[in-house]
Order: sequence, then C-alpha cells, then structure tokens
Amino acid sequence: MSSLLKITDLHVSVADTPILKGVNMEIRQGEIHALMGPNGSGKSTLAYALAGHPNYAITAGSIEIDGVNITELAANERARLGMFLAFQYPVVIPGVKVADFIRHAVSNIRNPDRKEGEGLIGMREFRKEIKARMEELGMDIEFARRYLNDGFSGGEKKRMEILQMAMLHPKFAILDETDSGLDSDAVRVVSEGLAKLSGPDMGVLIITHHERLLEFNPPQFTHVMLGGRIVETGDAALAHDLHANGYATVRERHPDAAADNAKAEETAAV
Amino acid sequence: MSTDAPETDEVGLGDYQFGFHDSTDDYEFKSRKGLDREIVGQISEMKKEPAWMRDFRLKSLETFESRPMPSWGGDMSELDFNDIYYYMKATKGQERSWDDVPEDIRKTYDRLGIPEAEKKFLSGVKAQYDSEVVYGSLKEDLAKEGVLFTDTDSALREHPEIFREYFSTIIPPEDNKFAALNSAVWSGGSFIYVPPGVHIEFPLQAYFRINSENMGQFERTLIIVDEGASAHYVEGCTAPTYSSDSLHSAVVEIVVKRGGRFRYTTIQNWSNNVYNLVTKRAMAYGDALMEWVDGNLGSRLTMKYPAIYLMEPGARGETLSIAFAGEHQHQDAGAKMVHCAPNTSSRIISKSISKDGGRSSYRGLVKVEDGAHHCKSNVVCDALILDSDSKSDTYPYIEVEEQDVAIEHEASVSKIAEEQLFYLMSRGLSEAEASAMIVTGFIEPLVKELPMEYAVEMNRLIELQMEGSVG
Repeated sequence: MSSLLKITDLHVSVADTPILKGVNMEIRQGEIHALMGPNGSGKSTLAYALAGHPNYAITAGSIEIDGVNITELAANERARLGMFLAFQYPVVIPGVKVADFIRHAVSNIRNPDRKEGEGLIGMREFRKEIKARMEELGMDIEFARRYLNDGFSGGEKKRMEILQMAMLHPKFAILDETDSGLDSDAVRVVSEGLAKLSGPDMGVLIITHHERLLEFNPPQFTHVMLGGRIVETGDAALAHDLHANGYATVRERHPDAAADNAKAEETAAV
Repeated sequence: MSTDAPETDEVGLGDYQFGFHDSTDDYEFKSRKGLDREIVGQISEMKKEPAWMRDFRLKSLETFESRPMPSWGGDMSELDFNDIYYYMKATKGQERSWDDVPEDIRKTYDRLGIPEAEKKFLSGVKAQYDSEVVYGSLKEDLAKEGVLFTDTDSALREHPEIFREYFSTIIPPEDNKFAALNSAVWSGGSFIYVPPGVHIEFPLQAYFRINSENMGQFERTLIIVDEGASAHYVEGCTAPTYSSDSLHSAVVEIVVKRGGRFRYTTIQNWSNNVYNLVTKRAMAYGDALMEWVDGNLGSRLTMKYPAIYLMEPGARGETLSIAFAGEHQHQDAGAKMVHCAPNTSSRIISKSISKDGGRSSYRGLVKVEDGAHHCKSNVVCDALILDSDSKSDTYPYIEVEEQDVAIEHEASVSKIAEEQLFYLMSRGLSEAEASAMIVTGFIEPLVKELPMEYAVEMNRLIELQMEGSVG
C-alpha cells in the first residue's frame, strides 16, 4: 500500500493573521502535484505548515500521514515520518560542515527512534553514499567539507536541498520554488535531479511559478491557490494554461478568494 | 555524582556536572566570615609574609573600602562581602606527588581529569583548592632551563627580587575596587618566569577549584615571559553548586618582553552561584605577541575584560572571547586594547551565546594614545541568541587620540536562531541536537584555535550546556 498525505480543512495563522482558510489535498506516494497561485495566495505558508514551522500556527483542520495525525508534531518528528521540505531560502549555518549535518540527518531519518548522542551511521558507508549522490547531481565533493550554505550561490543552495532529499529518501517532498532565482542550467540540473529521485516511493508537491520544472516532472494534479484556499484542481494542462494566460480568469471565477488574495498582497507590501 | 551533593537538585542546576563538593571538616585553617583588618592581618601572618606585603594588603583593604561598587556591568546587589570566607586552607602544604594529596581532594581532581591530562600533554600543573595550591609539578627539563612555575606565595618567599620588581606594577590596587580586594586578601595563583629564548612546547596548566560554601577565592597570578621566549598557559575553573553565593576575584598580571610570545587560555566553568569578577592585564613590548583566549561558560555573573597594553612598536595583541550565558547567568565579558606605541596592532574576536533567559554582553575598549601612529585594530563581535527570553548587548568603546590609524569594528546583528533551528529540525535533528550543532558551529572559528585537547573539552562543555535544557 502506498502512503497517503492527507490535508483536511487546514487553517493556518502567522502572528495571529489567518493565511490558510481551509485547504484540502491528498497526495499519494508516487504522485506529482503542482501547486500554483499568485503572490500572497499562501503556497509557502502551506509548505512551512506541512513541515512544522513553529511560527505557522495550525488553528483548525489536520495533517495526516497514513491516518496518523501529525498536526501537533514537531518538525523533526514529521521528518522522521517521511516529510521533507526543499526550502525556497535555504538557511546558512556557519561552522557546521555539510557532511556532518547530513550524516546526523540521515542517522535520524533512517533510525527514527534514535536519541541524541546515540550512534551515527557508519562513516565509510556514509561517505561512499554521499559521494555517489553528489556525483549524480554534478556537485564537487569539496562541498561536503564546506559550511552549510555558507557563501553558496543560489544554484548551489538549491542543489544542496536536492542532495539532502536524495540522501533522506522522503515519502513526501515539498519543493518550495526550488527553481526560482536560478539560471537555466541550474534549473535543468535541479529538474533532472528531481526527475531521477521521484518515483513510486515519493509523493511530490511542487510549488512553482515556472514551467521548466514541470516539463521534466509532469504533474498528475495541478492545484490553484487563491486567498488561502485551493480554488481549482486539474491536470498538467491546467498548469500549462496558467503559465500561458496568468491568473486573471481564475480570479474572475473566484471573486471572494481573489478579494482575500488582494488584501493579503497589500498587507505583504506594507 | 558524589553522595555529598544534594544541593544540585535543590537549586535546579542538575545539568552542571562539577557541582559536587568534599567535606571541609579536616581543613587546616578556616577564617571566620567577613573582611576587616584582623582577617587581612591573619592571612598575612599565616603565610609568614614580610612586613611590606602585610602593609600592602592593609593599604589595599582601605582602598577597597573607600571605593564604591561599580554602577555599570552586572547586578551585584545580592553580593554580601560579609557573608564570605576570605581564607580557607585545606591542606598543610603543596605536594609534588598526587599520592600525597589527601584522598578526597585527589579524587576531586581525578574527576576533573587533571592528573590524566598532566600525564598526556602538559608541561606543568598547579592545582589550587580554595585558598591554597595543593599540588604542583613542572617538567624537569624546563626547571633545568631556568623556567619557574610555582604558586605565587612561594614566589614571594623564594624569588623575592623578581617578584617585587613586577608585582602590582601592571594592576595596582587603585585600579578598581576588585583589584583592591584581591590585593588585600590574595592567596595562591601561579607565578611563571620564562627565561630569554626558552620555548615551552606544551601548555602549563592551572586548575582552580572552589570547594567550600560562601568561599572567596582570590588567586593572584604573575607571569613574566622574557625576551624571545614563548609559552602557553591554560586555566580551568569549577566549583560546587550551592544555594548561596561564592566570590572569585582574581588579578592576573603579565609581562611579555621584546620578541616574546604568550598565550593565556581560560576555560571558566564556575557553578551558577559564583560571582566572577576578575582583572587581567598584559603588557606587550617590542614585536611581542600576547593572546588571550577567554572562554566563559559558567558563573552567575562574570565581569572580565582581559587587557593588553601595546607598549613598544611592533607589539601585537589578540583576544578571542567566547561567552555562554544560560539560565540565571550574565556574562559581561570583552577585551581592552591600549595602543601606547606606533606600529602596534590588535584584534578582538568575540562570540557570545545566550539561551534560557541568559544575558551576554560584549564590553570592549580600543584606545590609541597620542603619538601611536600607524596602529591597526580590528574588532569583530557576533552574538547568537537561541530564544526570545535571552538577551545580548554590545558596548564597544573606541578612544583615538591619533589621526593616522586604522580601526575597524564589525558587530553582527544579534539574531534569534529560530530559522536555523527549524531548518535542522526539518531534517530530523532533535531540538537539543540542532541547538548544539548551531552553537558548536558558531564558535568553531575560535575553538579551532585551541590545542586539540582543549578544543575537545570546549565542545564537550558546550554540548553539556545544551543537553536536556531545551524544549
């Protein structure tokens, strides 16, 4: 049986401002979903809420993996159940070596009951594995010795996210604008990397403004978010249509959500 | 832990692993609590000191009494000078073999890992227990080369000329209230003399241990590194956890002569009931290099700003400061660099960490005196705040009386490490593991400057500080 990520009537507030107003979505392992929508619609909020960011308060609704409610779980517990977020803005952590960090992460994800201070995955085995994944992603092995995201270019940071995904084998991966701010070569590397990794064992939610990532990873489902709700769901053709024609017709079809979205954009601009 | 340590749990400081203590029943001598001329006279008499030192102490007491408490820095309103024992002598004298040190005291140092470290990588050791040094050693070859490494009381008796030439010349009692206090009641501490051209490869280590409740420890350290010589001195400090306060107020005076190099490393890990109010100052002469590596992890309040006076052209000074303020802790730490001569250079790197309501402050002074042209100074302070209950402040002072100088100051905006924590936790790391990783990474540039054994120790202590106390 493939695993199921089920989001039911999800309401999320940030600093007491409601952002998500009842999101429903079901993602199965092996499926690719695209999430699209204009600025301020709540796409990144959904990504952070799924990953368990403490500042994104879930005020109603639930998130379940295979029927287990994870709404109250901390980020690390969700990760150990198979959740992964590729960050739009990966965080710089000076003084922490990439290899050391990923080795800790891999040890926890593969041994979810591991307590801090307990044994890490064997060094030799780990080194061999990370070297292979880095080669596949066209990364210099030297990166393993650098400090996490410290002084990395935009493309290097995004590749580092994909490397982590490759090492952690999540059941559900959310990619938050992994293709933004990259030149076309970098977009290609990331797109191909994702295409290699996704398969029957991974459910993927791709948040994107661009078409390139979806060309390499055609979605079975496209969701359109507006004003903190999913207003339409279709197939790959919907994604293509939105890229070509923008959100004007979507706004027309959903005036209430469009009004909420306009308000959110205004607030964000202030 | 020791059967003697129920207080640890009572005051809720269970994470501190050095909070045990020994019985004080068999002590050689205990002064009564409080401070007056009689106590000062008694200390001097116990030590059979020359009259000049007795007079120096009594005059310093007057200076101490006449000075007001500092109005800046940390909160000392609960520090009661009358509730402190100013002199506690645990053993008859200093031993040269650990086998001769009374068993419970020896066991304490075993638990602190000192004899083991001594065997592995040290050139010499001094172990001070309350007021007096109870054990001392120095490698034979260094003694043959003329290196002196004794407790400061012995130096007064055995090397009176060199002692008197330097003692109190770098930090006079009038310097500040706590320097005056130390001058009145000082006991123990290290005296080091490194003859010209002698290089001491492995560190000399001193370990300061407070054992008694309401103890005041006032060691006095005097170090002279002669021309072209080099050495590295390391001090560690711990104390039992008591529900009442103890006071540690040291004075450290250092002279590094022309072409000499000296590094003074501190790993201060007092229990959270110790006021740590210390004056440290070095004078570096022509082309000499003086370095302070100052790690402050423990204590209730620390106020300490190691200073370097750059006395002649070519002198260089460097201070690396690490402060970690946890629950109920205030680390008011920093550095002073005084450029008294042209073509001198200094660097201050400060890293502070605050968590669980702790407060860390960087307080620093860079001063360039008139005529000290072509000086360079670079100051970098970074602060890491792990949660919104904790605090960090920066007080950088710059006084320049000369035009032709290059002074740089960078302070990174203190920020709460929430996003870093979330990022690591989203990859499966527990909150404690993620915090420890962020903190270890944050201080990595400093820790890698330490000799390997101390780097390992510093990382271990930081991990202990982080363990079990988050979320």
